[in-house]
Amino acid sequence: MAEGPELRERDSDGSSEELVLTPAQLIRSLEQAWLNEKFAPELLESKSEIVECVMEQLDHMESNLKRAKHGDLKVSIHRMEIERIRYVLSSYLRCRLVKIEKFFPHILEKEKSRVEGEPSILSPEEFAFAKEYMANTETYLKNVALKHMPPNLQKVDLLRLVPKPNLDSFVFLRVQERQENILVEPETDEQREYVIDLEEGSQHLIRYKTIAPLVASGAVQLI
Amino acid sequence: MFAERAAELVRGLHRAADGHLPAFHDDGLRQVLEEMKALYEQNQADVNEAKSGRSDLIRTIKFRHCSLLRNRRCVVAYLYDRLLRIRALRWEYGSVLPNDLRFHMSAEETEWFNQYKKSLATYMRSLGGEEGLDLTQDMKPPKSLYIEVRCLKDHGEFEIDDGTTILLKKNSQHFLPRWKCEQLIRQGVLEHVLS
Repeated sequence: MAEGPELRERDSDGSSEELVLTPAQLIRSLEQAWLNEKFAPELLESKSEIVECVMEQLDHMESNLKRAKHGDLKVSIHRMEIERIRYVLSSYLRCRLVKIEKFFPHILEKEKSRVEGEPSILSPEEFAFAKEYMANTETYLKNVALKHMPPNLQKVDLLRLVPKPNLDSFVFLRVQERQENILVEPETDEQREYVIDLEEGSQHLIRYKTIAPLVASGAVQLI
Repeated sequence: MFAERAAELVRGLHRAADGHLPAFHDDGLRQVLEEMKALYEQNQADVNEAKSGRSDLIRTIKFRHCSLLRNRRCVVAYLYDRLLRIRALRWEYGSVLPNDLRFHMSAEETEWFNQYKKSLATYMRSLGGEEGLDLTQDMKPPKSLYIEVRCLKDHGEFEIDDGTTILLKKNSQHFLPRWKCEQLIRQGVLEHVLS
């Protein structure tokens, strides 16, 4: 494997900064994104750059294999590695699709009210898929049942009918960057506010809602 | 009587074990929609009466309205749950469904399924490379490169990567690359032999 693929990161002032990752670092990023997506109850920010780079990497490895000597032991090992990377990538994308289908009205609503410049939770292709899924389902319900119902009952609000992700569910995490003063429970009449510090390397079981921004920023890793 | 048939629709579907898709209950749905029409018309009549002074009808009107809402909720739940089961079929069986399952789907459900397939295919193709990435493969973490498989039915010739062809005859056993067999295993043509 020669040079690493380029992963461009957007700076806070909007300019594009080139960050060259080694293949090992790229796969590490993919695994982290995969684990976070598996354990988070809601759909996380889209990581299209990682997906693109991994696809490129896989293509690269496949074409290397085609040129290799038949029967060489290294071929088996590399092939195994390709299989494993492809599994992680597929599992990551499948996990996202499942959440998109499960929470489609809420996800589309969130995307609609997204502010310009804020990162999207959907890639452009996922967005198209989500819109098609919604249109398909709405058309189906309308044609099979709703249009045969009394006039005042023909409209259903999918935002209310389809359940929202449960952000109060508990998740396991490992702390990557030390965090101070995380508010676990706010102050009420009956209790003082419950605030903790998260030490680097420590592991916790905590409500997702409390640490959601830390997952997005990479300060914690869901496990 | 009120929304009883609608509840029966939902219960019947709930009884079907493990995501299995029973036949579409055309009759059941039609009866519920008819009941809704009847309830609505009775309410229309009573609302007119109530407007001209008969306020004792208001409770009946409210009750019928609740039944209408419950009917709608049951119908939408029934239809939506079936769509979820049909969606799972695409991931389980692939693009072409076995005949007995196809007969359990209504024409509109088949249309929904076709649209879903198309959307999914478009998305998978967009994932880069020449043909995109088939997400319905690699469903399990790979344990080994090659697996022992037994052929369950005659499938004819099968080509593997280095160009050699294998004849898949019923009951023959082969040692094949795992990624080539996944689809055939799910379709029931091959069986993974665990020694």
